[in-house]
Amino acid sequence: MATANDRMATTEMADRYRAGVLKYAQMGYWRPDYEPADSDILALFRITPQDGVDPEEAAAAVAGESSTATWTVVWTDRLTAADTYRAKAYKVEPVPGSPDQYFAYVAYDLDLFEPGSIANLTASIIGNVFGFKPLKALRLEDMRFPAAYVKTFDGPPTGIVVERERLDKFGRPLLGATTKPKLGLSGRNYGRVVYEALRGGLDFTKDDENINSQPFMHWRDRFLFCMEAVNRAAAATGEVKGHYLNVTGATMEDMYERAEFAKELGSVIVMIDLVIGYTAIQSMSKWARRNDMILHLHRAGHGTYTRQKAHGVSFRVISKWMRLAGVDHIHAGTVVGKLEGDPNMVQGFYNILREPHNAVDLQRGLHFDQDWAGLRKVMPVASGGIHAGQMHQLLTYLGEDVVLQFGGGTIGHPMGIQAGATANRVALEAMVLARNEGRDIWNEGPDILAAAARDCLPLRAALDTWGEVTFDYTSTDTPDFVPTSTPA
Amino acid sequence: MRITQGTFSFLPDLTDDQIRAQIEYCLGQGWAISLEYTDDPHPRNTYWEMFGMPMFDLRDAAGVMTEVQAARGTFPDHYIKLNAFDSTRGFETIRLSFIVNRPLHEPGFALGREEAAGRTIRYTIRPYATDRPEGGRYS
Repeated sequence: MATANDRMATTEMADRYRAGVLKYAQMGYWRPDYEPADSDILALFRITPQDGVDPEEAAAAVAGESSTATWTVVWTDRLTAADTYRAKAYKVEPVPGSPDQYFAYVAYDLDLFEPGSIANLTASIIGNVFGFKPLKALRLEDMRFPAAYVKTFDGPPTGIVVERERLDKFGRPLLGATTKPKLGLSGRNYGRVVYEALRGGLDFTKDDENINSQPFMHWRDRFLFCMEAVNRAAAATGEVKGHYLNVTGATMEDMYERAEFAKELGSVIVMIDLVIGYTAIQSMSKWARRNDMILHLHRAGHGTYTRQKAHGVSFRVISKWMRLAGVDHIHAGTVVGKLEGDPNMVQGFYNILREPHNAVDLQRGLHFDQDWAGLRKVMPVASGGIHAGQMHQLLTYLGEDVVLQFGGGTIGHPMGIQAGATANRVALEAMVLARNEGRDIWNEGPDILAAAARDCLPLRAALDTWGEVTFDYTSTDTPDFVPTSTPA
Repeated sequence: MRITQGTFSFLPDLTDDQIRAQIEYCLGQGWAISLEYTDDPHPRNTYWEMFGMPMFDLRDAAGVMTEVQAARGTFPDHYIKLNAFDSTRGFETIRLSFIVNRPLHEPGFALGREEAAGRTIRYTIRPYATDRPEGGRYS
């Protein structure tokens, strides 16, 4: 016999599922009492509701549209454990300093997602919801992945530790350069740049993101000439050298063909662009793992959705997805160069890529505690408008496990490409030596470089040419939380 | 030529004072120092001979320097490198590695090319020194 309470519940359920339209909050997507489970996937969205839409309803709508909801009530929900599958917006708080924006925290049950698939994850989390009319703008700021989910991914095929062991290079950032001009060189001339840069002291050279197989240089020609350059430079220096051969192509079949050829020629590394898509990235990651290949990712295209604070996806989320998807290198900002990058934000990305565990660090944009559960570490790449004169700043901001890429800063050297490479390598080694000796490189950096330049003409010329060049513009993607000084 | 393996090969050869400062840095990080030597500097010669065991329990830079001097005395015409090993979870690898002794004359490497199908070339790097038997290559 039914009790009074049961009847009440039945009545409520009947109301809940009566045909028609309910607010998302009424449908159960706003749950301020919900305690996220350790096994939940968590997402933090920055929401800008339309005028007149209250933030809790907007947060509930985001939870609903990124999980089970549609615009109207459907009775077929009652054939499922709907309360489990419904994502739950569990906290909304105003964004400091931005009166019309709110942080909305949403929890998702683990079973909403296919194991090991970034495509599946993103289809939910950044699917329909980003075009949803009741919001003026929406940005995915951060995510937390439970260890059980992390363990369904292979992660980087090589990782920082194994990359260094394979290359036999320890204790300093690696050095690279992108071949310039990035378009127009023939294969033979392109290989010349590669040889000169590697011979002069760089560890890596790189194809640019849009070097694929154009009329002026077909891919096979590029690969053959570059490998001649790599091997010549290795023999001339006794070091392992590499060139990121960009295997990005129109189809997976093209990419596999190019990657196989790179392997056949003995390349230690291949490269892909972010624009190939998450599924293609994961496919290439598995290929790289099977073939002992370092996998370099150029983040071509990310600026379209990462740069503006109100709408899009933060690069810290892309960093997390790419560590899961499994790349060994990813461009993650320079702080001091020509491209967008607030120091705190960039350090947040680097920490995500390199640390075994990320603690909450609001100043660096890390809103969740993230345990990487033994997943290998990704080597960040700093590229774009950097030069030898900034070496003390680069080492201080970015640390040791990073590839510093000086493209113009190598190839544009007044004494030639080899001299440009030598200047960078000498500046780097001198700065690491000084740091290890306990010197204050942030303040003494220019003196350390000047002293090293006394033994190295190419470094002197580099400092004379670029010493004063800075790119001092205000960043758009900046921290929302700044430390406040407490009275002593 | 001058092989440029190791962290500081583009700088003038480090003085003993500079080496001692790097050792102090490594010991301060809690890393264990070891010495290795070879007369085959091929870039993929991973396993140089160990000059004794890694010095896990030696926390004194002067003691390490004594070992460096002993290695130089025994193998004056070999490459000798100093490695610092970090056993921290997540690393468990070498964190710093630099050359502390090298032969007076470094003849370098030959690059062999075997022409294969479709313009493909198979490359092989061979140190000139390894034409002579191990132990007497640089003397």
